[in-house]
Amino acid sequence: MNAADGPPPIPHVTTRSLFIEFLKVGMSGFGGVLPFARRMLVERRQWLNDTEFTEVLSLSQFLPGPNIVNVAIIVGRRFCGPIGSVAAALGLMLMPLAFVLLLAMLFAKFAEIEAVRGACTGVSAAASGLVLALALKMGKTIRHAPWQIGIAIIAFVAIGVARQPLLWVLAALVPLSVACSWWRRG
Amino acid sequence: MIPPVLFELALQFLVLSLLSIGGANAIIPEIHLRVVDIHHWLTDADFSQMFALAQAAPGPNVLIVSLIGWKAAGVIGALVAMLAMCGPSSALTYYVANVWDRFRDAPLRIAIQRGLEPVTVGLVLSSGYVLTRMTDHGSMAYAITGVTMLLALTTRLHPLWMLAAAAALGALGLV
Repeated sequence: MNAADGPPPIPHVTTRSLFIEFLKVGMSGFGGVLPFARRMLVERRQWLNDTEFTEVLSLSQFLPGPNIVNVAIIVGRRFCGPIGSVAAALGLMLMPLAFVLLLAMLFAKFAEIEAVRGACTGVSAAASGLVLALALKMGKTIRHAPWQIGIAIIAFVAIGVARQPLLWVLAALVPLSVACSWWRRG
Repeated sequence: MIPPVLFELALQFLVLSLLSIGGANAIIPEIHLRVVDIHHWLTDADFSQMFALAQAAPGPNVLIVSLIGWKAAGVIGALVAMLAMCGPSSALTYYVANVWDRFRDAPLRIAIQRGLEPVTVGLVLSSGYVLTRMTDHGSMAYAITGVTMLLALTTRLHPLWMLAAAAALGALGLV
């Protein structure tokens, strides 16, 4: 029988390799970890194929919580159960967490220096622009459905402008939006 | 004796964890509401500085949560806030992943996903808007926000270059 026939073999993945591979992903992710996670999972280690990765990602985005942490949880679970999830998520967060705390302590130490505070303000202004751009890029997927544009505007006005509590806005808006989506399905 | 602030931190982020559809970038206004306006753990200036540091560091953008914990209660606070933020959503993800195959093509599942999309877009836009209002106090800061947004939308330039250029302008006292 040819190796190309039948389903591909399930890769053998240990808890240890989950931890180490996600540790590397965490360390490489300047400006977004997701592309690096994809590179590791699909291209380098081939733990998932392209379709599987897209499925894992869409489930991660569908559920609450940081997407990349959810990816680690799902991949860890798939190969090693609960211990695998913990190993992958821990590996992912360990170095970035240590690094950002170190950075914050250094910043606190040198915060009296005007240039340091100025640099921080500059970064903050640019980073705000990145979040706005992210929203507009995400908005491309909904621009053909007027009801979706309407829901996005209501969410923006309620949370961004009127600063209403998220819990109540979601409690009202998510059922409404899912109902519109159900009604419009086809 | 465990300081009460740790319990408060844990409680706030345990709830936020399950509300964070669309990830950490979608709930910036709500985090700000809770930690600045209600609990006064940070000032507006602190919040926007912590956001900048989290963006400048490698790693996922949920790191802002650890810096808020750190401001409120030191390194222990950072760990507590981070665990609380990731715990409930991770547990939910674990259990949904178990049953996901059965529901992947269900019409209701697809309707829910299509319904959540515009809510997430509105929330992330709110985050960008609130952050801009909080950070930008002069025309130069607004210009940096606007130019960065346009570059991110129209080019494939790595975001790190934009952050570095903005940091340089800020360090020179131009922002």
